[in-house]
Amino acid sequence: MSLLHVIFAPGLFSSPSVQAAMTVGGVVALVCAPVGVFTVMRGQSFAGHAFSDISATGGSAAFLLGISPLLGFALMGLAGAGAMEALGAGRHRGRDLVTGIVLGAGLGISALLLYLSTTVHTTTGAAVTVLFGSIFAVSSASWPTVIAFGAAALSLVAVVYRPLLLSSISPDLAAAQGTRASLVGAAYMGALALSVALSALTIGAILSTALLIGPAAAALRLAKTPGRATAWAGAIALGSVWAGIVLAYDSYGWPPVHQGWPVSFFVVTLVLICYLLAQLPAWRGR
Amino acid sequence: MSTSPDLDRAAGVAPLVPPLPGPEDATLTVTALSVRLGGRAVLQDVSFSLTAGELTGLIGSNGAGKTTLLRAILGLQPISGGKVHLGPRRAGRSIGYVPQKVVLDPDLPVRARDLVQLGMDGHRLGIPLVPASKRQQVDRLLASVDAFHLADARVGALSGGEQQRVLIAHALATRPRLLLLDEPLANLDLRSTQETVTLLARIAREQGVAVLLSTHDINPLLPVMDRVIYLAGGRAATGKTGDVVRSDVLSALYGHHVDVFHAHGRVFVSVGEEHREDGCELVVDDCAGSSAPYVGDLR
Repeated sequence: MSLLHVIFAPGLFSSPSVQAAMTVGGVVALVCAPVGVFTVMRGQSFAGHAFSDISATGGSAAFLLGISPLLGFALMGLAGAGAMEALGAGRHRGRDLVTGIVLGAGLGISALLLYLSTTVHTTTGAAVTVLFGSIFAVSSASWPTVIAFGAAALSLVAVVYRPLLLSSISPDLAAAQGTRASLVGAAYMGALALSVALSALTIGAILSTALLIGPAAAALRLAKTPGRATAWAGAIALGSVWAGIVLAYDSYGWPPVHQGWPVSFFVVTLVLICYLLAQLPAWRGR
Repeated sequence: MSTSPDLDRAAGVAPLVPPLPGPEDATLTVTALSVRLGGRAVLQDVSFSLTAGELTGLIGSNGAGKTTLLRAILGLQPISGGKVHLGPRRAGRSIGYVPQKVVLDPDLPVRARDLVQLGMDGHRLGIPLVPASKRQQVDRLLASVDAFHLADARVGALSGGEQQRVLIAHALATRPRLLLLDEPLANLDLRSTQETVTLLARIAREQGVAVLLSTHDINPLLPVMDRVIYLAGGRAATGKTGDVVRSDVLSALYGHHVDVFHAHGRVFVSVGEEHREDGCELVVDDCAGSSAPYVGDLR
């Protein structure tokens, strides 16, 4: 058996579920990159994490109701974005506080919904699926929704790109130019909620910020323009997701259970490795 | 309007309170401006005008209302009375603004040229395509603030003085007629302070811009300042520097006796006991004694 066969196990590329996972994961990675870059620049990683917890609420509600989890993630995320804007998360001072409160409420409700799911559906997989993702189980029926959400998130960022960039550099400079901070902030929050929903579908609600923040944080170390940072973030996210899928497929033969390790573990670990590698030039420079 | 600072500081002129109405060609005329914040009168009956090519210092201690006045001019602060009138408009935005304490994170993936570019089109929607002509314009703007060599450096990695220059280029990107700077000298070292002041005076003269900058220390401005707006207790004394920074004028402004001392080319304003506890108005810190013949002019 050649080394190539060790890495790319036989049957990998002909498996429909792998193809589906590669496609969905690829779209998600490319959407998360630009949104993630802005999230890191704006210092709103915590808000992103709150969205992932709120999305978990939506996902568990969707599981209980038997509708598409992606729809649950996104609707709840957008509702959370509205709640956070209304409660004043845009103001720097109140941001952490409001984010923390909304996050806590989301997880609490999530706990209830997941508990109800286990009693109603007598399945125990709900919690794992919602919280830690199930990209191999993404049905091809959800592709149109994935692509539509991705396109919507990218369009929102593209439309407000320049005011968003300036307000991410300095809200004061943006205000001096007459930028409507609330509109730009709302567009960004919408894009963030959608990206988190997509990411939640791929690697799970709890882990979804890893795909959003990690590649972007590494990219900010490597690139000195917003465009190049987005390209780096996209490459890292895409590489991590695809390599994660390949490794997860390989892991079907691994101990202890011979059922495969979760994709999310591989993706998140690869993102972390990329982030650490991106720090190397700075360490050497010291 | 005068472009000669030496003429402006002619000695022995009567106090200019209340100020003269602005000339016809004034870039900005502020008339009887009042601002109330939370029921407190922050600015009362403030009047002045700014002229193209001149540098005006907005002097006052912390909390005197300097930022509020700048924000009122920008239209970011609702006013409760009076008028802010901008002179004839040029194309584009007519006010450039450098806010106070702009913190540029070292990790921002933004070069100096990107920030200046955003000064031109940061309010526009859509993803930018930067044609060569725009790029040259950015190069010229950076060159005009002696920052051409910094064009491709990350803004967050620049020193305080370098960042200030890039922010000035950002503010000048729309070729404004009026340039407002909020405490641009705060946290700058001695050399950067002098460089920034000299640069701003040059921009005023060469680009025909009316420059208004706020500071709590009048001294670095003495060599180049044409006019002063001195804020205290919500009211303002305005006029040529030598006519305002005088014991009688400032005493009238504060409502009690104020001493103005001159020593080694520096000005020292002693506000008196009542104001001592809120940081007092003594504008002496680590900044330079300027070499300007300011003391001689005043006598």
